[in-house]
Amino acid sequence: MKALLSGNEAVARGAYESGVVFASAYPGTPSTEILENIVQYKEIYAEWSPNEKIALDGAIGAAYAGKRSLAAMKMVGLNVAAEALFYSSYTGFDGALVIVTADDPGMHSSQNEQDNRYYAKFAKVPMLEPTDSQEAKDFVGLALEISEKFDAPVLLRMTTRICHSSSVVELGERKAGAPERKPFARNAMKYSMIPGFAKRRHPVMEQRLKDLAEYAESFPYNKAEWGDRSLGVVANGVAYQYAREVFPEASFLRLGMSWPLPEKLIREFASQVDKVVVVEELDPFLEEHLKMMGIEVAAGKDFFPILDEFNPGIVRDAAYKAGLVKETVEPPKVEMGPLPPRPPVLCAGCPHRPVYYLLKKYGLVVNSDIGCYALAVLPPIATTDTLGCMGASIGVAHGINKAGVEERAVATIGDSTLWHAGMPGLLNVVYNKSNTVTLILDNLTTAMTGHQPHPGTGRTLMGEKTVKGDFEALARAMGYEEVRTVDPLNLKETEEALKASLDANKPAVLITRSPCIFMYDKRPGLYEVDSERCNACGRCFEIGCPAVVRSDEIDEKSGKAKAEINTILCFGCSVCEQVCARKGIHALEG
Amino acid sequence: MKTTNFALVGVGGQGVLLASDILAEVGVEAGYDVKKSEVHGMAQRGGSVLSQVRWADKVYAPLVGNGEVDYLISFELLEALRWLQLLRKGGTAIVNEQRLPPLAVSSGGMEYPSPEQIGKALAAGTGAYHIVPALAKAEELGTERATNVVLIGALSRFLDVPEEDWLKVIERRVPEKYLELNRKAFAAGRAL
Repeated sequence: MKALLSGNEAVARGAYESGVVFASAYPGTPSTEILENIVQYKEIYAEWSPNEKIALDGAIGAAYAGKRSLAAMKMVGLNVAAEALFYSSYTGFDGALVIVTADDPGMHSSQNEQDNRYYAKFAKVPMLEPTDSQEAKDFVGLALEISEKFDAPVLLRMTTRICHSSSVVELGERKAGAPERKPFARNAMKYSMIPGFAKRRHPVMEQRLKDLAEYAESFPYNKAEWGDRSLGVVANGVAYQYAREVFPEASFLRLGMSWPLPEKLIREFASQVDKVVVVEELDPFLEEHLKMMGIEVAAGKDFFPILDEFNPGIVRDAAYKAGLVKETVEPPKVEMGPLPPRPPVLCAGCPHRPVYYLLKKYGLVVNSDIGCYALAVLPPIATTDTLGCMGASIGVAHGINKAGVEERAVATIGDSTLWHAGMPGLLNVVYNKSNTVTLILDNLTTAMTGHQPHPGTGRTLMGEKTVKGDFEALARAMGYEEVRTVDPLNLKETEEALKASLDANKPAVLITRSPCIFMYDKRPGLYEVDSERCNACGRCFEIGCPAVVRSDEIDEKSGKAKAEINTILCFGCSVCEQVCARKGIHALEG
Repeated sequence: MKTTNFALVGVGGQGVLLASDILAEVGVEAGYDVKKSEVHGMAQRGGSVLSQVRWADKVYAPLVGNGEVDYLISFELLEALRWLQLLRKGGTAIVNEQRLPPLAVSSGGMEYPSPEQIGKALAAGTGAYHIVPALAKAEELGTERATNVVLIGALSRFLDVPEEDWLKVIERRVPEKYLELNRKAFAAGRAL
């Protein structure tokens, strides 16, 4: 049977067909849908772990238990999980493990661009790279076979464009039956990496890499595709597909295994074409290796950009500049002025918005984190000073306060992000005694990636009821004396709690708890502006709500536009009503 | 068979992604190799949305660059202008007659392009353009949510694919209780 599947759906299907019994992940674009789809296969235990490192530890444990397992993460998640990647490369498994890393060239939804092919080289593990959904599915099975054969974790590198593109996939059946329960294969010298044992594993790993390089020579997806031999293109991943469009006549060396590289195959290919070009997204990973082998690269990163995501147009333009194709494609020329931008914004009714409204009012140095509230960096809210990575907010605020500036530094971090990487930072503030106020923006879900449950929600990925983590109890257990919880949609209450937290001048936690608007069945209300009372003061615009818009009606005195509420967008949070000094905004009946 | 590239654009929440799912599956139904590409995550939340669909004997790239799209289907007027450069010389734009002013217009200082500006840009950037009342037709049928299927109906007139292939996919993709509504929406679009 054939189906149109996205790359992520195909990876999930591949896990099912190839007998995976354990799958774990933390949500992160562009990888999230892998676990969201795996959970439909009842034969697989699937979980959202608190973070990627814990997800990988769990998948490693399942592989130690002799089973086939999968861990999935976005590319920066592998930074979090890197320590586990490295020890698992030393130990190998009784079973098998595939680690999916979803890179995000172009940073559609990430804080940096990074090329995780280097992790394969760094941790000395094999890496496969699919070019479409069919391969994404098939490579899960291949990766697990390689993992079993070479006693190593195998990285499967996806990119946003592979994850979120759909193509036709031939579906198969699940190969394995119910897994048998065997005694644990006790082997401390292999699985307990104290220095003395790790020293004995390291040469095994080096030999494994040589064996893998030999295997790569005959890996079925490393292959020359012969065309016109005046041009030889070396490519992998989705860049291979773009290059295929741009150079329809050329010869290709397509590398489905990005590490270790098949040097004999590469040399043979290079010797049979007049010139070699390398087309790869992000860093010159293949190019550097070819150059190190003494192969001349006629065009690589000097033409094909190191920045941003490719598309066929970008590859064609670069090829044109490099003199590799005779013409490029130009769209019709259209003269038009600058268009109003349409960036994503916090939803109308979002409980994060009033928190930033208050932080702006107090002139605090706001150190923020990864989540929807990252949108508070941009206008109209524009109330964030630093934002680095998962969990960074608290540590950075602590450092700023300890080093000392005129203003107070605070941290804002979401509920799922606090569970993920915020707890050690929260502990550091109270242990090392800085006067940092940490605001936990608790909207009771992992909102940005599509509302996944987390350890505070009382639900698991598989839909089971479970315990609910308690931030108040957590903070008190760490030693916090200043712990407050407020409803951020109540501005007065929130402002008083913020003031009290700041005035205490010691470690403090302020939990602002209100559900994400997607958690409601219907909107709690609807507001309107009384245009008689409105004097166009603009205070309600300062909240930055997309439902509060300029009216066509102009206030005679000030000459400015009055306010109006878009009744389709309004969610009924009442924050605009609370900021209006003239009582000019009120709830609509019914 | 002829290679055909589509771009579907609009605003998060307008149903662009369902429309591109339907278009991709119709391509499969009609015997093409098909790829579809879109971006999730931060791109939603009321932001600008782009999805691309390609039909051909053999599709390599899941998306194309500027100047390579045959049909631009825009769910909103301003978004049609934003993505116009995707269209090839002589390409066709089908544009839903709907204005959704972004924040920069509704509470900021920027102006939404005037109907004249929109008409001029579309005339210069396309071989043919059609501004269609898809939203109004959907509202006549009782819900603006059917706008996407009205637009799919409007697009279907330009493509050499039997009507039953479109209806077969719509039947597969749409929940039973909305099926009749969506059949009507498709027919209304096809009649535009």
